[in-house]
Amino acid sequence: MKRTTINPNKISLLQRIHIDGWLLIGLLVLSAVGLFTLFSASGQDMGQMERQFIRLGFSFIVMFGLAQLPLGFYRFLSPYAFVGGLLMLIAVLLFGDMGKGAQRWLDLGFIRFQPSELMKLAVPMMVAWYISKFTLPPRTTHIVVGFALVVVPTILIAKQPDLGTSLLIASSGIFAIFLAGMSWRLISVVGALIGAFAPVMWFFLMKDYQKQRVLTFLNPESDPLGSGYHIIQSKIAIGSGGVDGKGWLQGTQSQLEFLPERHTDFIFSVFSEEFGLTGVMCLMAIYIFIILRGLIISSRAQDAYAKLLGGSITLTFFVYVFVNMGMVSGLLPVVGVPLPLVSFGGTSMVTLMAGFGILMAIATQKRLMSR
Amino acid sequence: MHRKRQAIRDHSAEANLFARRATIAFIIVIAMLGIVLNNLYSLQVTQFEDYQTRSNGNRIKVLPIAPNRGLIYDRNGVLLAENRPVFSLEVIPEQVDDIDATLLELTELMGITNDELERFQSTLKGTRRFKPVALRTQLSEEEVALFSASKHKFPGVQIEARLARHYPYKETLTHALGYVARINKRDLQKLVEAGQEDNYAATHDIGKLGIEKYHEELLHGKVGYQQVEVNNQGRIIRVLSVEPPTPGKDIVLNLDLELQLEAQRIIDGMRGAIVVTDVKTGGVLALYSNPSYDPNLFVHGISSKNYSALLNSPDRPLINRATQGQYPPASTIKPHLGLVGLEEGVITKDYTITDTGRYKLPNVSHVWRDWRRWGHGKVDVSKAIEVSCDTYYYELAYKLGIDKISDAMYKFGFGDFTGIDLYEESDANMPSRGWKRARFNQPWYIGDTIPVGIGQSYWTTTPVQLNTSVNTLINAGERYIPQIIRGYMNTDSSVDLIPLKSLRPIEIKNRDNLDVVLNAMRDVVSGEEGGARHAFADTPYDSAGKTGTAQLFTVGQNEKYDASKIDERLRDNAMYVGFAPFDDPEISVTVVLENVGGGSKNAAPVARQIMDFYFRDRVFDTVNTAQSNNTNKLGAN
Repeated sequence: MKRTTINPNKISLLQRIHIDGWLLIGLLVLSAVGLFTLFSASGQDMGQMERQFIRLGFSFIVMFGLAQLPLGFYRFLSPYAFVGGLLMLIAVLLFGDMGKGAQRWLDLGFIRFQPSELMKLAVPMMVAWYISKFTLPPRTTHIVVGFALVVVPTILIAKQPDLGTSLLIASSGIFAIFLAGMSWRLISVVGALIGAFAPVMWFFLMKDYQKQRVLTFLNPESDPLGSGYHIIQSKIAIGSGGVDGKGWLQGTQSQLEFLPERHTDFIFSVFSEEFGLTGVMCLMAIYIFIILRGLIISSRAQDAYAKLLGGSITLTFFVYVFVNMGMVSGLLPVVGVPLPLVSFGGTSMVTLMAGFGILMAIATQKRLMSR
Repeated sequence: MHRKRQAIRDHSAEANLFARRATIAFIIVIAMLGIVLNNLYSLQVTQFEDYQTRSNGNRIKVLPIAPNRGLIYDRNGVLLAENRPVFSLEVIPEQVDDIDATLLELTELMGITNDELERFQSTLKGTRRFKPVALRTQLSEEEVALFSASKHKFPGVQIEARLARHYPYKETLTHALGYVARINKRDLQKLVEAGQEDNYAATHDIGKLGIEKYHEELLHGKVGYQQVEVNNQGRIIRVLSVEPPTPGKDIVLNLDLELQLEAQRIIDGMRGAIVVTDVKTGGVLALYSNPSYDPNLFVHGISSKNYSALLNSPDRPLINRATQGQYPPASTIKPHLGLVGLEEGVITKDYTITDTGRYKLPNVSHVWRDWRRWGHGKVDVSKAIEVSCDTYYYELAYKLGIDKISDAMYKFGFGDFTGIDLYEESDANMPSRGWKRARFNQPWYIGDTIPVGIGQSYWTTTPVQLNTSVNTLINAGERYIPQIIRGYMNTDSSVDLIPLKSLRPIEIKNRDNLDVVLNAMRDVVSGEEGGARHAFADTPYDSAGKTGTAQLFTVGQNEKYDASKIDERLRDNAMYVGFAPFDDPEISVTVVLENVGGGSKNAAPVARQIMDFYFRDRVFDTVNTAQSNNTNKLGAN
């Protein structure tokens, strides 16, 4: 409330349209950096730039729209969205369209729809909704139910197969449970269980191409022209960028097309090649700023549901950043996770901004209520 | 129950719990991003140089540029081997919208054959889309003009020029010049063994024969490089730097094209060889072997039909008779043997025999006959050379014995490579005891020695070897290695001569012995009974020489040689060795003609024509003066 007095007019205007100024600045700066990087990564393809720009605009509108909805509506919507999403996931497995060898799309006749994107928000909403019905920290039984709510959609999506999304969805649910105050003792037990689950994943759930990715990750040089090619070329791009980078539009790895998927999942390699470690640190600072702002908003939220949902959305955003940067730099296996707001690509950007829309709703409605 | 619990929830405790967890989460976030940053630091700072190198390795390709092959000139600066642009019609698939339609139109315009289309299609499959694929190679000028006129209708189709060897004098010089042709697997293997594969990285052709092969290293030059930036498809984006190739050396030969053409003209239709050398240097002025063939056929890949025609021709055009043809030297070596006899002291210049046309060894029933059935009567060594008396040489061979003959003749170069700058050379054969043991596992019989005296038996030589041995004689034992190459042509058309090459000279004990022999050779040409006196009648210059008639067919003991009755391929070979001018010899001419008959009638006139041609513009005012003047200046070089 002290803050509101610093610049009452401006804050009140942003408050009125349910926008968190700091978060908006972070997102806009990030989007601008993303567009600059994409211009280089796409080989100065104005067509792609235009599409990305439209997509960004649309995503910001979605964010803005979702920020206007009352939190109570989200709370009310949570179980329905979750159940509906789950049914659609099953439908995808049964009738879904194939795209790039994976069954992800549901064709509803008038629109092609990726239910896993919906679940990126529905799962944390559901977990937050369920956990926040009880006092925090949650009891073990609630945690078990919470995990069940996470595991079922995760497996359904992993079977599509879409390792990246299932990873994001699993972590979004788990973050909600963690933030709710799951005891450290239980956390270590679950950690051990997940460790035990890994071999089961390997032998029963993972497809050959996913196993190949993991094997290639462990030793990319073993197959420099095959599946190791991506990661080797990506590391060459990043490494050759050095401290200062080769300069915007000057990255040879990316401009000469040695780098695969350079405008989508591997755009961070382009960025690292052209802007070097210095640029990388600046980019990381932007991401850290957004994450920090998200966590602050969540902490100030008035009720548990909003706190858990906001925290989960924020930390999932971090998972995007971490997994993408980790995979292109050879720290993690290559799973299809884009660099948020920088990578070229549609659906996940809309989902991300929808999440930020909810975060903005949390940020501004608390203020309004507290007034 | 749940409702109750909710009723008593402690909002501030929950808020604190959440704040704690959020703080922990943020710390974890920072820690994990720290791990990522640490990894990026190791890539971008610690391993920066390694990755920078790999990045450059990705994008920078070094492309070789072929050097231009050195040109070959004759001694008068006439271009004998040139590099001519050859044009080929190429299609860049990427730039053509509809390949099939384009091919159809090109077929109509240029008359592309089905073979060419098939070859094009098969090459097309294995080629990157931005790389040109040849549709027709070796376009004629008309075809180039035809296409150029409608080039605008064919985007993505172009005419590409490349330099290829051309030999304007065709078959005239084949056996001396040789030719280049496409580098094949065996050439490549040799290049790899010699560590030269990098130098040939962009080179299309390599010397396969003759001077082109022997002086390959000089002619080829050094490869150049251009550094280019390529994309992941290997397409060149831009050129970063160029290190130009060093072209091959332009070389000048000792060959005189006009003399070579004359040699070709003279023995047209015959099988044989003419070798003309510069007596004072060993430089090869003419080296012609007939029949010959067009070397240009090989440059662009000879068709198998043409090749098998050459290979299977009974006239063996692929053989270089001048250096590979092995012929019994016959009487042409009589001067050499005479000198050896004199030097060894087994005869003197006054020693005579009485030739009855028959020669017999004691206790041997075999009779060796003179070419003149009734003999030459009383002959000394000079006479024996002039009239080519066989009986005298049977006796001389007997007196010398095979060991001395072998050793002496080996020093003259018989049975050994001359070292001429051609790989196509035979060492022929100088028989000896050891040779016969090794070859036939038989002892040397005295009867084997007798025909060696007249250059028969197992004795063979090549025209160039014979020519070199005569030069050794003329030069009083000085042994110059015959060389086709003369020097390097500089950009200002001056010539840097290559130093002469020679072998250890033969020691002549008594100069008079040599004069006896050389004067006898002059008598062959100008003596009353000289074997070549008809052929060399009324020359404006003074020359000397020796005829030879090599028997390829052993006439029975009681039979007469009758050319008409024996197979053409077994008829006598005609030989002649000669030099001129006698006083101060300039050229040495060796003629070998297969299966034409006697040397006096057939080979000597050919040698005369060569000498006449060589001295055609020369005025000699000292004709026959040397005959009265016993002191000649031979060996004064």
